[in-house]
Amino acid sequence: MVEYVYKKIGSITFGLFSAKQIKKIAAVKVVTPELYDKEGYPVDGGLMDVRLGVIDPGLRCKTCGGKLKECIGHFGYIELARPVIHIKYINHILSFLRSCCRECGRALAEEGKIEAMVEQLGIIEKEKGVEARRALVKEFLSETRAVKKCPYCQSKQFDVKLEKPSTIMEDDKRVSPIEIRARLEKIPDKDVVALGVNPAYARPEWMVLTVMPIPPVTTRPSITLETGERSEDDLTHKLGDIVRINQRLFENINAGAPEIIIEDLWDLLQYHVTTYFDNSITQVPPARHRSGQPLKTLTERIKSKEGRIRHNLAGKRVNYAARTVISPDPKIKFNEVGVPLIVAMELTVPEMVTEWNMKRLKEFIKRGPTQYPGSNYVVRPDGKKKKITDETREQLLEELQPGYIVERHLMDGDIAIFNRQPSLHRMSIMCHKVKILPGRSFRLNPAVCTPYNADFDGDEMNLHIPQNEESRAEAEILMQVQYHIITPKNGLNIVGCIDDSVVGNYLLTRELEFDREDAVELLLAIGVDKSERFKKFGKKVGGKEVFSCLLPDDFEFIGKSKNADLTGNKDVVIKSGSLIKGVIDKATIGEDNGSLIRSLYAKYDEDTGIVILSNIFKLGIQVLFKVGFTTAISDTDLPEKVKAKCDELIQDAYNQVNQFIEDYLKERLEAIPGLNEKETLEVKIIEVLNKVRNLVGEQVQSIADDKNPTIIMARSGATGNILNLAQMSSCVGQHALRGGRISKGFRGRTLPIFKPGDLSPAARGFVKDGFKKGLNPYEFFFGAMTGRDSLMDTALRTPKSGYLYRRLANALQDLRVEYDNTVRDANKTIMQFVYGDDGIDVSKSEGGKINVKKIIKEVMGK
Amino acid sequence: MAKSVYDEYEEMLPGKLLEDVKNECQEERLSAADAKKVLESVKDAYEKAKISPGEAIGIITAESFGEPGTQMILRTFHFAGVSELNVTLGLPRLIEIFDARKEPSTPRMDIYLKAKYNKDPKLARKIAARIKETKLKEIVTEFSINLGNAAVEAKIDQKKIKDLGLELSEVVKILNINTKLFNAKEERGNLILSPKGSQNNLSEVFRIKEKAKDIVIGGIKGIGQVLPVKKDNEFMIICSGSNLKEVLQLEEIDEKNTTSNNIIEILNVLGIEAARQAIINESLRVIEDQGLDIDIRHIMFLADVMTITGEVNGVSRGGITGEKESVLARASFETPIKHIINASLIGERDNLNSVIENVLLNQPVPLGTGLPGLIAKMKKK
Repeated sequence: MVEYVYKKIGSITFGLFSAKQIKKIAAVKVVTPELYDKEGYPVDGGLMDVRLGVIDPGLRCKTCGGKLKECIGHFGYIELARPVIHIKYINHILSFLRSCCRECGRALAEEGKIEAMVEQLGIIEKEKGVEARRALVKEFLSETRAVKKCPYCQSKQFDVKLEKPSTIMEDDKRVSPIEIRARLEKIPDKDVVALGVNPAYARPEWMVLTVMPIPPVTTRPSITLETGERSEDDLTHKLGDIVRINQRLFENINAGAPEIIIEDLWDLLQYHVTTYFDNSITQVPPARHRSGQPLKTLTERIKSKEGRIRHNLAGKRVNYAARTVISPDPKIKFNEVGVPLIVAMELTVPEMVTEWNMKRLKEFIKRGPTQYPGSNYVVRPDGKKKKITDETREQLLEELQPGYIVERHLMDGDIAIFNRQPSLHRMSIMCHKVKILPGRSFRLNPAVCTPYNADFDGDEMNLHIPQNEESRAEAEILMQVQYHIITPKNGLNIVGCIDDSVVGNYLLTRELEFDREDAVELLLAIGVDKSERFKKFGKKVGGKEVFSCLLPDDFEFIGKSKNADLTGNKDVVIKSGSLIKGVIDKATIGEDNGSLIRSLYAKYDEDTGIVILSNIFKLGIQVLFKVGFTTAISDTDLPEKVKAKCDELIQDAYNQVNQFIEDYLKERLEAIPGLNEKETLEVKIIEVLNKVRNLVGEQVQSIADDKNPTIIMARSGATGNILNLAQMSSCVGQHALRGGRISKGFRGRTLPIFKPGDLSPAARGFVKDGFKKGLNPYEFFFGAMTGRDSLMDTALRTPKSGYLYRRLANALQDLRVEYDNTVRDANKTIMQFVYGDDGIDVSKSEGGKINVKKIIKEVMGK
Repeated sequence: MAKSVYDEYEEMLPGKLLEDVKNECQEERLSAADAKKVLESVKDAYEKAKISPGEAIGIITAESFGEPGTQMILRTFHFAGVSELNVTLGLPRLIEIFDARKEPSTPRMDIYLKAKYNKDPKLARKIAARIKETKLKEIVTEFSINLGNAAVEAKIDQKKIKDLGLELSEVVKILNINTKLFNAKEERGNLILSPKGSQNNLSEVFRIKEKAKDIVIGGIKGIGQVLPVKKDNEFMIICSGSNLKEVLQLEEIDEKNTTSNNIIEILNVLGIEAARQAIINESLRVIEDQGLDIDIRHIMFLADVMTITGEVNGVSRGGITGEKESVLARASFETPIKHIINASLIGERDNLNSVIENVLLNQPVPLGTGLPGLIAKMKKK
C-alpha cells in the first residue's frame, strides 16, 4: 500500500532542553569512548551503540527494531562530571549574571519595575514584533547591570566580566560553572521573563550543561573505505574526545586527585564541548584531524551556503531528470524539446494500470527496458518496485492488474520541464512536450534561446519529467512556452523571430515574388496547408501574399516597421488576414518589441498564437532555403571614391584634434565652465573622434545597396548594425576605457612606442583603419585593453548582482496577491491595496498598459 | 451626458485607465453610445489583464530586478560636467538604493529656482555661489601672523567676497558666533583674529591660523560643488553634497521640484511618502540610464515594501528580511545560528506561513496553486 500522509506540520517551536528532558529522550547513556569491539560490532554504551540507530545494512536498531533507512535514529546522553558552559549562550549567561543578584538571584530592579517590564514585553511583542522586544530587553539589561546593590537582600554586586572565550570573572576571581549554574538556578521565573527569556522553554541554568545529548549515529554516519577501514565522522571524533575526557575527569574526581589536575581536565572538557558546538570561534584554537584539517562540527554543518539549511533543506535533489548538451533544431515546435532516444529509455513516466489501458501497457512490459518504447519498472499497489528483466517479465505480465503502475519510457507528447541555469527568471524553467529524436543532445528551437539565455557553444540544460497527474497538469497549464511569450518584467514579448527568420521574412515581404508552384511548395514545406488561399494565387505570387497565408482571416493590424518598403513607406497594414502594405522586420516580429506578435497574442489564445508565430519563424527560414543567403568579406568592399572620402574625413578630424592639442599646449584653449583645460581638451577630442566615426558610418550607409547581405541583415534587424559594417570596412574608431580615451600604462604615454605626453588620437586608442585592412600591433593592443576591462567588469559584476538578487528574492518571496486583490506578506500585512495601483498583471498586458486606442479602433471599425 | 457613461464604470475600472478612455473618446468625438461600447470592451480587456489571486508577485518583482541586474554595467558615472559632480549609476547605485544606505556614495541635489530667478544666468550663478559651502580660506588670499600683537592677519580677496554676496562685517559676525577660539575684527578691509583670553600664547596663534582656514563662513553645510545649468529654458543648480533641510528654507528655491538623491535625508525632511517616491525616482533613473526596461509596477512595489513600516527598510539582513516573523525564514537567509539561538530563548514559534519554511519541510508553499485548500473532510482510514 502506498502510505498517504494526511498530517501536515502546523508549526515549529524552538526552545532549550533541560537536563531532565535530555535524559528522557535519550535511549542510551554513553559511558565509553570505544566505538567497536574486536569483531567490529558496536560496543554497548559506546558512541556507535546500536540503540542510537543503525548505519550498517543488516543490523537492526535495538530501540525501535527498524532496519537501515527505516529507523531515523535515537538520541543518547552523557553525564558530564562537571558542568560545562554552552558556548553559544555565553553572552546570555553573562547578562543574567550581571543583571541578577549574586546572593539572592533576584533581578536587580524594584518589584514594580520587573512587573512593568513583563507587561510591556508582552505588549511590544504583539505590536511591533520580536525585534522590538529584543531591543527593549537590551535596554533593561544595561539598566540592571549598573545597579551596585541588590534592592532585595542589600548585598553588594561586583562587576562580572567575560574572559573570552568562556571564562567568567567576578572581581578578578574566576566563577566556576558550578557556581554559575547555582546562581542561575536561584533566579525566579518572573525575573527570567523580565530579562527577556521564557522560562517555560529556556531556564537560564539549562545554558550550563550537566548532561549532554548525543546525536543519533544516523546524523554522523561512518564511511567504510576500500581497505575495509572505518573512517568516522567529525562529530563522532569530537564526541569521542568529550567522552574520553569526561571519563578521566570522573576517575580523577573519584580518586581524589589534586584540584589543579581536576581543573585542567575540566578546562579541557570545556574546550572539547565548545569546539563540538562551534569549531570556528576566534579565541579557541580549532580542533583538527590528524592531517591538520579542522573538524566540521555542529555550527559549520548548519551555516553558510554549503551548510545544511541552504544546501540540503532549501535546495533539493530530484530523480527523473536528465542533463546534456543542447543543439538547435528550427524544425521542431517552440514548445517541443528534442530528447535523445537513450535518454528517453532511461527516463520514465508512471502510468496507472486500468481495465482500459491494460492491454496497451502490457505491450510496454513485453518490450522491456531494451526495446523502445518499453518500460523499466512495475510498481505493485503495495509500493514494491520491480525491475523488468528477462526473468521477471513473464511473471509481471501475469500478475499485472488494475492498480499497478507501469513506468514506461518517455514518448512523444509527454510533458517535460526544461531548465537552464542560472534560473534568473521564471522563463528559465518552462514546460515543453517531448519529441524523441536520434542523437545525444537535447534539441530546442532557436527562437526559445532568449528566455533561457542559451546558445549552442556547449551549453547544457536539464530536463525533468513530472511523475503525477497534478504536476503534469500544472506544468502543462501554467508552464508551457506559449504562456510565457510575454515577460512580466515589462510586458514585451521575449520570444520572437531571430536571425535567419527575420531576414527571410524581410526579404519575402519586401521584394520577393514566386511562381505559383514555388509559393505553394514553400508553404507546404512549413506545414501550412490553406487550399482556400492557394486557389486564389495567380501565376506569380507576391511575398506579401505568401506571408498572409499564415495569418487568420479575421486578423487586423496596423503598425510600423523598422524599414521602409520599396515605395518608402513604413506603415504595416494587415486587413482581414492579409498583408496589404509594409515590410515585416524586427519591429513587427522580432523579440522584445514585436508588435505583430503581441497583437496576435492579444486577439487569439496562446495556443493559436504560438502556432502562427512558429509558422512565421519557419517561413522566414524556408524562404532563405529557397533564395539563398550568405555573407562575405566582399560585402565590406567600398568603392574608391567612398574610401577616399572616408580617409579625408578622418584626416580632417586628425587635423582638428591636432589643432586642439596645439591650442592646449600653447595655453590658448578656453576651458568649458566647470572643467579645467586638460579635461576640456579631452572632451573636445572625444567629441570630434566620435563624430568622425558616425560620419564614416554615414558614408558607408550612403553606398549601401539593397543587395548587400550584410546590409540586409543590419536593416532587417536580424544581426549587426551599420556601425559594425563601418568598423569592418573603414574605421574601427575610438577604444573607450572607463568612459574616456585610453591613458593608462606608462608615465605620460600608453605604450613605449609613443613619445611621452603624446595626446594624438593614435596614441590614445583611436584606430584609424577598419578590421578588414587590419590593425597595427599597438591598435590591437588597445583592443585587448578594452577587452580585458570588460571581462573584468563581467567577472566582478556577476557575484554582486547575484547577491542583490538573492537578497531581493529572500525579502520578497512571501508576498502574494490575496483573494481580495490586496498584496500581502506572510503575516497578512497589506503592502498594496491593489497591485500596482490598477491590478494589472504585466505579463497579461501590452507593455504594462491596456491599449485604449486600439480598442477604440476595433470597436469603431466594426 | 457623456459623463454619466464614464461614471458607471468608476467602480469597475482603475481611475487612470478610465481617464485614458475618457480622453481618447473625447478626442475621437465618440457619442455616448459608442463610448459605452468602448468602455465595455476596455472592461473586458481589463478583466482579462487582471492579476490572479495567489500570484507570487514578490518573486516576480525580484526576478524583474535580478535578471537585468546581470546586464548592468558595474562602474558607471554619470558625467555632469565637473568631476566632483558625477553620480554613481548602474549596479552599485541600485545596490545602494536597495540597501537604504544612510549616505549615498555621491550625494547630489537638483535645485530648481522659482520663476522669478530662473531666467537670468547671472542670478542663478549668484544663488549658486551663495548655496555653496564657503570656508574662510576661500575668501582670504593670505594668512599671516603678526608676532607683535600675537594675532592672525588675513588678507581678504575683495572680488571673491563680492561674488559671494557677503560683507566683511557679516563675515566677522559669523566668525564670532561660530567659534570660541578667537575674536575676529575688521581692520582696513582685512581680518584680524586674536586669541581669546589675555595670555598671548604663540602656539595658540598658530593653531588659530590653521583652524580658521576651515571655518564655514557662508553657504550651506555639505554642499560641495555647484553648477548652474540650463534645462528647458530655465536655469537650475546641480550640486554635489546634500542638505535638503537648509536648502529648502532658501527664498529663491522652488521647493516643489528641488530634490536630493539621499533617500534617508528625504525621509527625515519630507516624510515617508516622499521617501517612497524618491526610491522610485532614483531606481528608475538607474534603470533608464542603463537602457533597461522594467515595468514601473515592480519599482513601485519594491518601494512600497521598503517603506511599509514607516521607515525605510533596506533589502537586507537588517531590513526587510530581518523583520520577518518566521524564524526559519530569517535563519535560511543569513546568520542562521544566531536566529535559532535567540528563538530558543523565548520559545519562538514558527507558524510556517511563508514560503521557505515549507520548502525546508517538504510541504506545499502557500503561493499560486499551493494556496487553495479543499474545504472537505478527509475520510480517515
